[in-house]
Amino acid sequence: MRIRCPHCGTRDNGEFSYLGDAAPVRPDGMEADPAAMHDYVYLRDNPAGPHRELWYHAAGCRSWLVVDRDTRTHEITGVSSARDVALSRRTGEVA
Amino acid sequence: MSTITLRDAASPSGAPPATAAGQGFRTATGGTIDRRRALDFTFDGHRYSGFQGDTLASALLANGVRLVGRSFKYHRPRGILTAGSEEPNALVELRSGARREPNTRATVAELYEGLEASSQNRWPSLKYDALSVNALAAPVFAAGFYYKTFMWPAALWEKLYEPMIRRAAGLGRAAHAPDPDTYDKAFAFCDVLVIGAGPAGLAAALAAGRSGARVILVDEDHRMGGRLLADRREIAGRSGADWAAEALAELASMPEVRLLSRTTLFGVYDHGAYGAVERVGDHLAVPAAHAPRQRMWRITARQAILAAGAIERPHVFGGNDRPGVMLAGAVRTYLNRYGVLPGRTIAIFTSGDDGWRTVADVVAAGGRVAAMIDSRASVPAELRRVAEAVGAQVICDGYVTGTKGHLGLEAIEVVDTYASRQTIACDCLAMANGWNPIVHLDSHLSRRPVWDEAIHAFVPGALPSGMVAVGAAGGAFTLASCLETGGRAGAEAASACGFAGTAPETPKTDPDSVAHTPLWRVPVSKGKAFVDFQNDVAASDVELAHREGFRAVELLKRYTTLGMATDQGKTSNLAGLGIMAELTGQPVASVGTTMFRPPFTPVAIGAFAGHHRGKDFRATRHVPSHAWCEEQGAVFVETGLWLRPAYFPKTGESDWLETVNREVNTVRAHVGVCDVTTLGKIDIQGRDALALIERVCANPFGTLPVGKARYAVLLREDGFVLDDGTVARLGETHFVMTASTANAAKVMQHLEFCHQWLWPELDVQMVSVSEQWAQYAVAGPRARDTLRGVVDPGFDLSNEAFPFLACADITVGGGIPARLFRISFSGELAYELAVPAAYGDAAWRAIMAAGSAHGITAYGAEALSVMRIEKGHAAGAEINGQTTARDIGLGGMLAKKKDYVGRLMKERPALVDPERPILVGFRPVDRSQRLRAGARFLAIGAAPSLAADEGTMTSVAYSPSLGRWIGLGLIRRGPERHGTRVRAYDPVRDGDIEVEICSPVFVDPKEEKLRV
Repeated sequence: MRIRCPHCGTRDNGEFSYLGDAAPVRPDGMEADPAAMHDYVYLRDNPAGPHRELWYHAAGCRSWLVVDRDTRTHEITGVSSARDVALSRRTGEVA
Repeated sequence: MSTITLRDAASPSGAPPATAAGQGFRTATGGTIDRRRALDFTFDGHRYSGFQGDTLASALLANGVRLVGRSFKYHRPRGILTAGSEEPNALVELRSGARREPNTRATVAELYEGLEASSQNRWPSLKYDALSVNALAAPVFAAGFYYKTFMWPAALWEKLYEPMIRRAAGLGRAAHAPDPDTYDKAFAFCDVLVIGAGPAGLAAALAAGRSGARVILVDEDHRMGGRLLADRREIAGRSGADWAAEALAELASMPEVRLLSRTTLFGVYDHGAYGAVERVGDHLAVPAAHAPRQRMWRITARQAILAAGAIERPHVFGGNDRPGVMLAGAVRTYLNRYGVLPGRTIAIFTSGDDGWRTVADVVAAGGRVAAMIDSRASVPAELRRVAEAVGAQVICDGYVTGTKGHLGLEAIEVVDTYASRQTIACDCLAMANGWNPIVHLDSHLSRRPVWDEAIHAFVPGALPSGMVAVGAAGGAFTLASCLETGGRAGAEAASACGFAGTAPETPKTDPDSVAHTPLWRVPVSKGKAFVDFQNDVAASDVELAHREGFRAVELLKRYTTLGMATDQGKTSNLAGLGIMAELTGQPVASVGTTMFRPPFTPVAIGAFAGHHRGKDFRATRHVPSHAWCEEQGAVFVETGLWLRPAYFPKTGESDWLETVNREVNTVRAHVGVCDVTTLGKIDIQGRDALALIERVCANPFGTLPVGKARYAVLLREDGFVLDDGTVARLGETHFVMTASTANAAKVMQHLEFCHQWLWPELDVQMVSVSEQWAQYAVAGPRARDTLRGVVDPGFDLSNEAFPFLACADITVGGGIPARLFRISFSGELAYELAVPAAYGDAAWRAIMAAGSAHGITAYGAEALSVMRIEKGHAAGAEINGQTTARDIGLGGMLAKKKDYVGRLMKERPALVDPERPILVGFRPVDRSQRLRAGARFLAIGAAPSLAADEGTMTSVAYSPSLGRWIGLGLIRRGPERHGTRVRAYDPVRDGDIEVEICSPVFVDPKEEKLRV
C-alpha cells in the first residue's frame, strides 16, 4: 500500500504504523463518565467498506494521519493531518 | 547417484542413442542457441552437451533424454511437458553442496558450463524406482487419502505415517549448508510497468517509451520476445523474432526505459506496488564477483500493463503423463527456438486451429508428422491440406485415448469418428487444447477472473484503476490483436501519466486463426488420465470429489490437492473445473475458479531476506562509550537493537558473577559509571508543555520547579502502566522526559498521539533527542568528587546548591554544553551527565580519568540491574503491560486532582481487587539458596494448582550488598504479608524453596545515601 502523507508525499506503507478507528472521541476531564471511557477504549467499529482510521508516519514526519480507506479494496480516498481534523472537530464542538 | 544409463531408456522409438557430444535430436540449423559455444553438463551423473542459449530441458531433449523425474504420489515416470515456468513435471535438483536447489524447473534453468542436475523423487534410481509400486496401490492414494487413510490410530501419525509420506511424496532436498551467495534488493519507480515482453508487451513498451514515459519492461525469460521466439510468425514483412529484436533495440536506446529480463514479476500489491525477482547469476555456475545471485525488486508504477501471455492446456486422457507427451506450443518452442526435435515421429492432438500450426514446424525441423488428430468434427479444409501434403494421417472427430511405452512414449491409441481404433507409433505427442490467459497476477488483488465463452477461458475481471491486461493475457489471442491491444494500452498508459502517447499503427501480420472447441477430457480413454501432473490428480479423483460432495471449486482444490504446490495449477486448473462442470451439468462459468496468490512462481527465501542475514539481520546500535568498552574487553548484551556492555571482566575474575559483584561493591563503596544513553530522551518545549506532561503522566507535575527532575509514571488509556522515566524541567517551558530503552519509540509515538490527536490545542513541540545526547550515570559516594574533575569550574555541585533531583544546563571540558541531572537508579549519590553525542567518547574517558583517583569502575547492564533490584525499582519484568501502578507499588503517588491518560480505567474493579498480586521483596529462608525468576508462589503445603497460585517472581539477583539472593515479585496482598513465608515453586527447573516476603527495598530503605 501507498499512503499520501500531507507533509511528505506518497510513501510506502512500511513507513507507517496503524492504530485503528478514528471515530471514538476521548471523554476528557474530571467529570468524564467511566462507562463512556470504557466505550472509548474498547468499542470499535470494524466495517467492511469505507473506514476512517488513524495512521502514524513513524518513519517519516511523525505525524498522526486520518486516512479514509475502503477495507475491502484498500482504496484510499483521503488523507489528512490528524491534528487538523482534531482541531476542526474542536471548533465544531464550540460552534 | 544412479548408475543407470538414461539414454537407453529414452529412445524407445528406435532412434540411435545420443552420444555425450552428439545431441542426436538437435536440428542442423535454426534456433536462437549459439552453436559455437558448446556447454557440458551432467544429469544424474551422466555427461551431456548442449549449447549456449539452451535451457536444461532443451539440452536434455537434444540428447534424447525424455525421462527426467518421478511423480509426486505414484512415482510414475515423467518427462518434460512445457517449455516455460508453468512446468509441473520436470523438477530437478540443481547444483550441489551448499548451492543445491530442489524443485528447479528444467524448462527455465539456463544451461551453463558444468551444470549439475539430478532427478528427484526416485529411489534407488530414476529408471528403477522402488516406490513406483505406489502406482499399484493407486486406490489408496486417491483424492482425500490423507484424510481417510490415516485417521486411526492417531498416535501413529507423527511416528509412522507422516515420516513415511514425507519420504515417499517428497519434492526434492534442500541444501543443508548455509547459502554462500548474496541477494540484493532494489527499489524502482516508473510511469508504466509492462509485464511480459511478448508481442503485446513489446508493442506496449514501444508506445509508452516513445512518448518519453519512464517504462520498466520485465520478462521472466532470459531472452525477450515471448512466443515470437517460439513460433514462426511474420510482422511487417519480417520474421517475428527479427521484429522483436528491432523493438528491443529501440527500447534499449531510450534513456527512460529499463529492460529487466530474467525477472519474474511475482506479486501485485495495492496502490501500484509490485514485487519482482531478477535472477542475476542463476545462469552462471557461481554468481559473478561482487554480484548477487538474485535481486529483489520492489517496483512502484503509476500504470501497469499485464502482457504475461497465456498457458496452453493439456488434454486429459489415459496415460497423458508418459514422457514424450508435451504441449504443442512447447513442441514448437523446442523446434523453432532451440533447434531441438522433441521426437523424430510426432503426433499432434488438437481441439483447435492453433495445434495445426505445429505440422509445418515439425517438417521444417526435419521431423515426421505421424498423425494429426483433431477432436472437432469440422476442420477447415486448408488446415487438412497442409497436414495431408506432408503425409500425415489426418483424423477428425477423433481422440487420443491412451499411450504406450515403458519409460517413454512409443505409440498412441486413437479412436476416430467411426469408433474404429488404431495404434500409431510415435515418440512425441503434441497436445493443443486451447490457451488460458495468465490471470494469476490480476487476481492477486482479489479481483476474480471471469469466464469468456468466446475463447472458453477465464479472463481478467474488473482490474484496479491504472491496470490493464493486453494480448493473450487479456484474451486477445491473435498476433494482430496482441500488437493492437498492446500498442493502444501503452499509449493510453503514457497519456494517463501526462505524456503524449499515440497508439502506433498495428503492423501487418501473417494470418492466424484461434478457433477452438475445448475438450475437458477424452470421453472414452482408459488408464489414469491426469489433470494435475504435479500433484498426481487424475480425472477419477475429480469424479470422486464430485461423488463425495466436494463440488465447490475451493473444496475440490483442497480435497484433491488439484492446483496446489509449486506450479499452482498453471496447466491443470481449468481441466479440473471443466470436468467438474461436466459432472454437475453446469457451465464452467457457474463452477467458477479458485484465486491465485503471490508468488507467481516460487521465490527463494534468500531473495526476500536480501542482505538482512547474520549480523546484518537488523541494525546494531552502539552506545557512545562502545569503543572504550571494546578496548576494555566488555561483554555485551543485545537490548532491542542496542548492544550494551553487560559487564567488564578483569583479569583474575573467574566468572560473570564475580565481575558483577565487584562492580556493584565498587559503586556502593566508591564510584562507578554506566552508559545509560539507551534511554529514550524526549525534548518537550512550548507554552503548554507542562499541560501535556500533566495529562500523559499519572503523578502530579504542577509543582515541579525549574531546575528539578521528578520520577514519572505513564499509563495507557486502559489503566495499565505504559512506561516510567523522569521529567526534568530545564526552563519555564522546556522539559526533558526520559523513557526506558525498550519503550523509547512507543512513548514518543504515544506523546505525539496525545498532542496531535487528543489535545491539538496545546501549544507544544517535541522531538526525540535520544540519538543526540550521550548520557552517563555516575553513581557512588565519590560521584560528586569524580564529577568535579569533569564539570567546568563555576558550577557548584555541593549538596546545598545541587541537591537530590536537581537538574541544570552546565558545561564540561571547557565550554561543551551539557546537562546534569541528580537522579539515582542505584540508590547511591548519583548523577546523570548528558553531553552532545559527538562528545560521548571523550566525556566517558574524561569521567574514567577523573574517577581513577576515587577508585572508579565502569559498570554494565548486569550491575545496573542488580542495584535496581536491591532498591526495589520496577523495570521491564514488572512493567510488562499487565501491571497497574498500584500493582508495582506506585499507587500512592498517583495524582488525585487532574485528568490524565488511564485515570478512569485503572479504577476498574478487577484492577483494584485486594487479592490482586502486588510488588514485594523475597528472600530465601535458607540464605544459601538461589532464587529463580518465573517461579510461582504457593502457600506452604498447598498442592500446585492454578487456583492455589498466588503470584510470580519477576526479578532475582545475587545481592553482593546482602550476600544472598534476593527477588522481586507480585503476590496477593503482598504488602500486608511482610515476614510471612511462601513457596517459590519452579517445576520446570526443579525449584521448590521456601521464601520470606519482605520490603522490596533491600538496601538503604531510608534513602539516606542518595541525598548526601
